[in-house]
Amino acid sequence: MELTKELEDAIVAPGPQGFHPPSAAELGVLTPDEGYGLKFGHVVAEELAMEAMARTMLTRKNATIFPGPLVLWNWNDHAADKARAVLELAAQLPEVLVIPMPDYRPKYPKVEPEEVINPNHPNLTIWGNKIEACIFIGVHCHYANLTLKMIRAGTNCWTSAICAEQGHEDAMFTVRDSDAAKIRRVTAVFKRVREEMGIKLPENGENVRFTGLQSRVHDGKTHTNPLDFGLSVDPESGNAAAFGHKAEHMQKEA
Amino acid sequence: MSEGLETEVKTNPQGDPITSAPEAPKAESGKGRKDPHGDAKSQVEVSPEYMFFEAPREREFITGSECAKEAVRRSNVDMSVAYPITPQSETLQLIGVLYGEGYVKEFYRGEEEYGVMSAIAGASRAGVRAFTATAGPGTLRGLEPIVSWAGHRLPAVCMFTCRVVNAPLAIQPDNIEIAYLLNSGMLVFHAENQQDLFDFIMKGFIISEKNDVTLPVGVCCDGFFVTHARGYCSMPDKGFKLPARDPYRGSVPVLDAENPPARLSRDAPVQKSNFMAYNIHAVWQQEVWAGVERSRKYIEKYMDGLLEAQDVDGADVLLIASGSAAAQSREAVRQCKERGIKAGLIKIRSLRPFPTNELRKLCTKAKLIVIPEFNYVGWLAKDVATAIYGFSNAKIVAGPHVYGGMSMPVEMITDEVECGLTGKKSNTVPPSAIMGVADPAAVAEFMKSI
Repeated sequence: MELTKELEDAIVAPGPQGFHPPSAAELGVLTPDEGYGLKFGHVVAEELAMEAMARTMLTRKNATIFPGPLVLWNWNDHAADKARAVLELAAQLPEVLVIPMPDYRPKYPKVEPEEVINPNHPNLTIWGNKIEACIFIGVHCHYANLTLKMIRAGTNCWTSAICAEQGHEDAMFTVRDSDAAKIRRVTAVFKRVREEMGIKLPENGENVRFTGLQSRVHDGKTHTNPLDFGLSVDPESGNAAAFGHKAEHMQKEA
Repeated sequence: MSEGLETEVKTNPQGDPITSAPEAPKAESGKGRKDPHGDAKSQVEVSPEYMFFEAPREREFITGSECAKEAVRRSNVDMSVAYPITPQSETLQLIGVLYGEGYVKEFYRGEEEYGVMSAIAGASRAGVRAFTATAGPGTLRGLEPIVSWAGHRLPAVCMFTCRVVNAPLAIQPDNIEIAYLLNSGMLVFHAENQQDLFDFIMKGFIISEKNDVTLPVGVCCDGFFVTHARGYCSMPDKGFKLPARDPYRGSVPVLDAENPPARLSRDAPVQKSNFMAYNIHAVWQQEVWAGVERSRKYIEKYMDGLLEAQDVDGADVLLIASGSAAAQSREAVRQCKERGIKAGLIKIRSLRPFPTNELRKLCTKAKLIVIPEFNYVGWLAKDVATAIYGFSNAKIVAGPHVYGGMSMPVEMITDEVECGLTGKKSNTVPPSAIMGVADPAAVAEFMKSI
């Protein structure tokens, strides 16, 4: 990759960074302003951060998308739309894994790394699946920041964070204000970069690879088409919209 | 006058007459009756930028407690819990008045400060905007829940009207309690006067609730000097209020004990230490302090910086102070200038985050730094010395200090400036509180010039 010089200059460099490295904030890295992203701790135009995410996810082993509660749960109509956008993003990455972070409770007596990732011991899922690149999306910022710090300390995984708020300085790459519209912009960048790199998707559209556990749940199937998952919102079902969490709270661009 | 003709005088439990007791409501038909919440209901939400920088302001001559009341009136506060700790400050009684007028949606008196601070935690975690105030021993009694706020990522504003911490018991001003707050993980602002108090409370809510901050704000002031004394305060119209808190934009899910997925927040490891690895606790602490760091840009935006520098360019002597000591230092700078001494003032508004880089730049050329404080231990001097170590060759005088309710005559400060410059023995600051020695030749040259 053409990242050697960038890695030399990296403030937030890929791990493993050691037993207990300082946080990115302690290193002087803070979240980017609107319209910008972060790349190895440096402020860059957000398009550049998106391209770096794409190259990383397309080239490193066992690239994984970790969707969090803000896209996994039916908070409101926009959350469901964001979930669709995440599946569209997944559809651009051959052999990508999708492992959810459905909630933030520690898992006892031990986490099943092929089922979930958890912010209290995310390194176990990274190690368990030998994940070398990942994207967090839809995770509440506090828990995303905990997770990113621990992954950078103890693993060789290159982290990306597509954030609905101000972004994440502990990720190697991040973009901010990511509503469904911006996630689709990220997807367009991923598609362009993939095509520039000459990487093809499977003709049957089944580009998402199941973990071993997911495969067992799906009758031994090894891959799936993420766009086959129909997401519909039952207006009668209880959701957080009933308590004031409206779609416009999540929308930034659309 | 016969006994039968005497009017009944209502008294409080101490037997003092209550002169402001309201008359019993008279029976009314309902027609033409004014809605006691009418003014509150007619408030208009405006953006923080409009409220802080654009809205026309009118100046009033009021106490600090009244400033706090007026700030809360305009801050769209959902809930306040009181343990009034009278007579230190009447602030929470005044918040009670706001509740009666409908400006604060929920209000009650807690059993004591531990309960109050725990209730504020619950309110904030449930997603509402919360305010309380305490002082001195009350701060220390509430300290365990106060310190837990930051770890729980709970935005809220608590006003600390600093007073003596017993024993011996006293209710006089002394800001030693700030020393206990500095390492709590909350943002700590120190108001110099009534205007600061008004502004810092309102801006504190907005900064506290920023997603990448999501931390409590402590707005401190020196009791009596600010809370009980009157000062000028410029305020926007009370028909305006800040936007309501948007809890779903916080960095943690709000607590809804009945409805998933929000209820999951109660299962977070913050209360499950027996199941936590050391690593999660370590990065959790890093994350709290990262939130403190991220607040800097909002303090820059809304509070015009973490500090205020006055006449610093070319100054040989810098007075660095916060709170009421800044007011005394401002006058000391004026008197120093009358004597031909090039002196400047750095007033520190934000103690956490601390303006480390700003001080390093401003103190580079100073020959003498004097740090007056209203406490014994000199917590500000320690922070300043740590921040500028290696970046300034100035002699640092950690003093003068007053405490236990004493006021600080301006002459105490100017005397230290003189002693610091001439090498004359101080009557107030012990040698152990003087850090660094300025170049004697430079001092001699300086002395020729004044």
